[in-house]
Amino acid sequence: MTTPEEAAKAAERVARESYGRLLAFLAVRTRDVAAAEDALGDAFAAALRTWPRDGVPANPAAWLLTAARRNQADSFRRSKTREASEPHLRMIFDEISATSSSLEPDIIPDRRLALMFACAHPAIERGIRAPLILQTILGFTAEDISAAFLLPAATMGQRLVRAKTRIRDAGIPLVVPEKEELAERLDAVLDAIYAAYSKGWNEVGDAGTPEIAEEAVWLGRLVVSLLPQEPEAKGVLALMLYAEARRSARRDETGAYVPFEEQDIGLWNGSQIAEAERLLRDASQSGPTGRFQWEAAIQSAHAARRVTGVPNWPTVLELYDHLVALTDSPVVALNRAVVLAEVEGAQSVLDDTMASLGEDKRMLGYQPYWAAKGHLLARARRTSEAAEAFTVAIGLTTDEAVRTYLQRQLARIRYSPPQ
Amino acid sequence: MRFMMLIHHDEPALAAAPQKELWADYAAFNEALKKAGASAGERLKPSSTATTVRQRGAASDVLDGPYADTKEQLAGYFFITVNDLDEAVAWAKRCPSSKYGSIEIRPVVDA
Repeated sequence: MTTPEEAAKAAERVARESYGRLLAFLAVRTRDVAAAEDALGDAFAAALRTWPRDGVPANPAAWLLTAARRNQADSFRRSKTREASEPHLRMIFDEISATSSSLEPDIIPDRRLALMFACAHPAIERGIRAPLILQTILGFTAEDISAAFLLPAATMGQRLVRAKTRIRDAGIPLVVPEKEELAERLDAVLDAIYAAYSKGWNEVGDAGTPEIAEEAVWLGRLVVSLLPQEPEAKGVLALMLYAEARRSARRDETGAYVPFEEQDIGLWNGSQIAEAERLLRDASQSGPTGRFQWEAAIQSAHAARRVTGVPNWPTVLELYDHLVALTDSPVVALNRAVVLAEVEGAQSVLDDTMASLGEDKRMLGYQPYWAAKGHLLARARRTSEAAEAFTVAIGLTTDEAVRTYLQRQLARIRYSPPQ
Repeated sequence: MRFMMLIHHDEPALAAAPQKELWADYAAFNEALKKAGASAGERLKPSSTATTVRQRGAASDVLDGPYADTKEQLAGYFFITVNDLDEAVAWAKRCPSSKYGSIEIRPVVDA
């Protein structure tokens, strides 16, 4: 006899361990992700009904897969019009039903990577790729994801539905691309995972939202395990682990923002940093080959400076030079400018790099641009301009702790007379 | 899946292209399409020859010119039958017109 609580717990455990794997397997032949989700969702509902009565089956994942495939076949048979118009689909279902009983539960083929490539396909709108991966591979609801992506749940839900319809109707394949296309397409998958991580980066331990950052790291590990020969996959995982290692050092005990150079390195997670170092070394044996490896190398250099206490700004600058050449991104150029100021002083950077960045319209609403500009102007003792830049930065900040930190910076320059 | 490949041209850019090479490329592309079992495409006369009709209630408009006043104009089409969108995209990239405009890929509804 199993209690409903035990049954629910068992279902939850399977959901956590095998949701994405089951969904990918169900969706890969039909390309109908939404229908596969419905079939799997109904299977979980059936589990919660029958497991308390009949006990949790020996292999819950296989039980769910069998139930979901039955639902999939049933709903397919019900849709008469499709049955008439798509005989090849019926053939697939007959085939699935035939193999259904013989499939060994331990060898449910892992098609999650194929599903991720479909979710991050160039024909899918860029902004919805990360949410789509979080939903299909991890089983997050639209409500869970909408909080992290600052969208109303209904809007997020509609965009997810639209993307899934598009996978089915536009003919987007659920396959891992051929060798010659793999690198370019893998970038889109890694971008989406990193976008998910970046959303999660701002959660500093408040309850309520799921730990998106942790899940993004998990997805990174999954891609590394499925494509162990791809250096950029290791690069993005290393990058996320460097950032993740510093999570608890980013706020002090009162919840106030602590800038990188003042963080207590005793609070850094040593084993995550060691793992990141290992991954990066492994990926870049003969020099970094992609953007994420360069970014991870920069993180590594920053961490080394804090740990050893030895300034290494020229090394960091050199890494940024490579990254700027590779990405041509104003955000990278901004970060490089801050490092350049450590090497050449704030004044020349303000007159040169920062001035030309200021002409880029995208920087005008970009909080880090104004915060960096404020810091550089303060260091160059251009007090009134610095106050103006900090004020704009404060206006663009959504994080309470960061706003308080910037207000302190502003107060400090206002009350220290120019020298 | 069957896809209709709609060729949209930037007409001035096409006119400025080296014509001999362009049509040689097109001949080769059409040959490749035929070998792959696709039905041959058709080329349309320039958008200046187009006429657009709209009916709104009782009023109807017959206008000279194409449907939409954009830089790129519908210039031709062909059909292909392939497994998925990626294969259709590969054909679109091979089409010489993708350099002088764009190829819109539309899945055909099964009859």
